[in-house]
Amino acid sequence: MYKLDSKALIAIGMNSSAMLTFVGLGLFDEKDISVKGLEAIKNADEVYAEFYTSKLVGSTIDKMEELYGKPVNLLTREDVEINPKWIERGKNKNIVFLTGGDTMVSTTHIDLRLRAIDMNIPTKLIHASSIVSAVCGLSGLQNYRFGKSTTIPYPYLSSRGNKIVSHTPHETICSNLKMGLHTLVFLDIDMEKGYMTINEALKILLEIDLIKDRNQISDSLVLGIARAGSDNPTIKCDYLKSLLDADFGEPLHILVVPANLHFIETESLIKLANAPQSLMDLVND
Amino acid sequence: MGRRKKMVERVKTLMKNPENVRNIGIVAHIDHGKTTLSDNLLAGAGMISNELAGKQLFMDSDEEEQERGITIDSSNVSMVHEYDDNEYLINLIDTPGHVDFGGDVTRAMRAVDGAVVVIDAVEGTMPQTETVLRQALKEHVKPVLFINKVDRLINELQVDSQEMQIRLGKLIDHVNKLIKGMNEEKYKAGWKVDASEGTVAFGSALYNWAISVPMMKKTQISFNDVYEYCKQEDMKTLAEKCPLHEAVNDMVIYFLPSPIDAQEGRVNTIWHGDVSTEIGHAMMKADASAPIAFMVTDISMDPHAGEVATGRLFSGTLSRGMEVSVSGTAQKNRIQQVGVFMGPERIEVENIPAGNIAAVTGLKDAVVGSTVTTMEGMTPFESIRHASEPVVTVAVEAKHMRDLPKLVEVLRQVSKEDPTLKITLDEETGEHLMAGMGELHLEVIAHRIRRDKGVEISTTPPIVVYRETIQGTAGPVEGKSPNRHNRFYIEVEPLDKEIVAAIKEGEISMDMPELERREKLMEKGMSKEEAKGITEIHESNIFIDVTKGIQHLNETMELILEGFEEVMKGGPLSREPCMGVKVRLVDAKLHEDAIHRGPAQVIPASRQAIQAAMLMANDTLMEPYQKLFIQVPQEQMGGATKEIQGRRGIILDMVSEGDMTTISSKVPVAEMFGFAGDIRSATEGRSMWSTEFLGFEPLPASLINEIVSSIRERKGLKKDLPQPSDFISA
Ligand SMILES: Nc1nc2c(ncn2[C@@H]2O[C@H](COP(=O)(O)OP(=O)(O)O)[C@@H](O)[C@H]2O)c(=O)[nH]1
Ligand SMILES: [Mg+2]
Repeated sequence: MYKLDSKALIAIGMNSSAMLTFVGLGLFDEKDISVKGLEAIKNADEVYAEFYTSKLVGSTIDKMEELYGKPVNLLTREDVEINPKWIERGKNKNIVFLTGGDTMVSTTHIDLRLRAIDMNIPTKLIHASSIVSAVCGLSGLQNYRFGKSTTIPYPYLSSRGNKIVSHTPHETICSNLKMGLHTLVFLDIDMEKGYMTINEALKILLEIDLIKDRNQISDSLVLGIARAGSDNPTIKCDYLKSLLDADFGEPLHILVVPANLHFIETESLIKLANAPQSLMDLVND
Repeated sequence: MGRRKKMVERVKTLMKNPENVRNIGIVAHIDHGKTTLSDNLLAGAGMISNELAGKQLFMDSDEEEQERGITIDSSNVSMVHEYDDNEYLINLIDTPGHVDFGGDVTRAMRAVDGAVVVIDAVEGTMPQTETVLRQALKEHVKPVLFINKVDRLINELQVDSQEMQIRLGKLIDHVNKLIKGMNEEKYKAGWKVDASEGTVAFGSALYNWAISVPMMKKTQISFNDVYEYCKQEDMKTLAEKCPLHEAVNDMVIYFLPSPIDAQEGRVNTIWHGDVSTEIGHAMMKADASAPIAFMVTDISMDPHAGEVATGRLFSGTLSRGMEVSVSGTAQKNRIQQVGVFMGPERIEVENIPAGNIAAVTGLKDAVVGSTVTTMEGMTPFESIRHASEPVVTVAVEAKHMRDLPKLVEVLRQVSKEDPTLKITLDEETGEHLMAGMGELHLEVIAHRIRRDKGVEISTTPPIVVYRETIQGTAGPVEGKSPNRHNRFYIEVEPLDKEIVAAIKEGEISMDMPELERREKLMEKGMSKEEAKGITEIHESNIFIDVTKGIQHLNETMELILEGFEEVMKGGPLSREPCMGVKVRLVDAKLHEDAIHRGPAQVIPASRQAIQAAMLMANDTLMEPYQKLFIQVPQEQMGGATKEIQGRRGIILDMVSEGDMTTISSKVPVAEMFGFAGDIRSATEGRSMWSTEFLGFEPLPASLINEIVSSIRERKGLKKDLPQPSDFISA
């Protein structure tokens, strides 16, 4: 990547300010950004941001603009996925693109970078903390023990009158479980339906589990985390059915379905996530 | 009052005894005398007064109908008639004859078991006589014949007694030829009409007399006597000796089947479920103690009772408070009132057993064609096929902004009442579009909205609804999702004409068992691989999935089909509905995580690939044609043929009889607007004409650009013809 960037720089000649920098904003509010990230914004000609894949729920655009000292252009899904014309501004301006969490964790962002490279615009990444690592930090689950992650979308009612509930998250969880791997489960953020809660997600999973009639995760242990990165995150681990109506409070929510636990993981879940004491018995066996 | 009460009791008793019930329709070409006949039958049976009949055209209950003198809606009435010392209940449906209202005829045929085909003795069979006869046979409805206006033969044409009989004989032969041509099997099984047997009656609906061979035996009145009475202008005496209602109702009762006899044969035709099941059996036997199987054939508004759903009860007993399910909806409906007809009135009863025509309220989810049942999972009745498709549209606007919510409600209502009417909302312009079967059809509906529903509206001049179809093949074309993580590979080609026809006829549908459908398609020449892959049929277009083992495709298919359906409702060229397009999904690449292949990603990818592929496959327009029949005297022939040719019409046939010539031709619907006035002046008002829907034919190449541009402009699309690159990036 580095090489391509410098080559691209040469290709556009003198214009050294041309640049698209991807800046991660971290987990919760405007203060989670790195010093480097803040500098990049301060030096930028134009600032763009997208908050539909993830959002800094502890902040607002106003607060960000105040901190940065310049306006932030908020992009819609269409601006990011269908018609990202704004990237072209990077041909002769220094522009930054802000996202919640770490940059490039959301699948859609790599596409922007590839498009920029095709336009000979140099690109650069400035990282920040991501929910992926925060989950491990908050719960004590070990990062290397995770399998594929998955996202639960809101069920969708088609214009033809049919309801679609994706079974993919359920399948992913089950195949991870089989291999003894934890699953990180992202929850839908929808313009109209809002932020999916842990409770909604569990109900969807349970429903699929019953349809499939195999009871694969109905009795599993699950871990819910809300507001990671804030001063008062909620972290709860219990059997699925016990958490169906548990109160996790304000968004954002995320879910983990742990597989077999290492005894240190068990101890952490009990101490950090209020998991049932009885888990310890399993370890001692 | 006492008399009325007595009549109510008689109707209630009779309906419980299906052997003594006849459900019949009266069908005819316009103006041949259906309404006059029905009115005078009602009067003869004492259901309405003699003064009312004749004067008021009772069956034409709509003021509009009375003004125009044509029947627009089918109306339901009933009467009691005595035959051989037994009383019978005859449920009668009067159907419209104008082709613009063909939908009503088809629906009415579903509810009845027998039909009285009325023919004007002077004019003979006409195109719509053929159409309605064909519909009757198709729905397994047995015909008898009433030759009307015999008085005109004698008094206007001045034929002698001998010639009268020859003419009538010829007419009967002709009708039989038609029946034989349409359905030889039924013809041989005794469905031909035969004067000596008694399945033909002759008479005058207007002057209230009729005669048939059995009637001659009963009354000792001969053909010559009839001739003499007419000649001497003493039809009053004739009406006393041979009353119309007696001859016709006797024929109906003796020759047309009771529900018990009829349902055994009809169930197979109108229902494709398994006849060996409980409900199948119950319907064959018109079993009143079995679960409900009710088919809605008409919905109308009653100012007091609200929406009234009328239809045929094939099994079970309908009663107040009953919970039923309506096909196509999930919730249950509770029946409020159940009623039967007594004369033109709807009277409330406690319950109605199988075999009758029932009118119920409370079915808020029902539309015309719905199956109503108490049996979980009952296979619905075959959907009612309409001979024509909507081909003309007007935009409807409320004159006052405040009426807009009311207009929306009223449009919902009229489309519920008349399933041949299609109401759509143009998202871009916010206009409500109303599509129907012809100019007159839409005029009548608009008039009804103003008068009955009290909403002041304005309508635009009518425009033609075209169809888009492809002439070549294209693909695989790659459609990418906006996030570029999903790809669909689409091929398109014209769908085989035979398969298109079979879909339109209802022989092939998504409702039928998969194996049966596969076999039907292979019979028509489709490969097994494709026949197996059919995932959706929309109008006459099909979507086939020929991919194998692609993970997650299952839960993505609904979204792909949403894209397919969007394009079939409005094609890429001009956003007109598509016909005869075969779309094949040959490959797909899907993102593993469901969130990245949601509706916002998959629908546009599928839609755009199909749009681009259709443009590459030489997308073009088809225009609707009508068959046009003009009857005109020799001197006015020139004027008539000029009218046809000036409208891009093609003359198909000319037949002369006496000094009248019947010209058969086909003319594009686009050229038919204002025809009524023009032909009148071109032939000095001396021609008679009728039309019939013919189908769609390619628009001449020289007109395509102009018409596509004007459609696009009207719809607010960019005027230039679209290119595949407008839909997909290279
Ligand atoms: N001379 C004559 N005229 C008739 C007879 N029956 C109906 N008509 C007339 O034919 C016209 C059309 O009749 P109508 O019942 O409205 O026909 P529909 O369109 O089939 O319902 C009316 O003017 C009737 O008076 C008949 O037996 N003799
Ligand atoms: Mg009439």
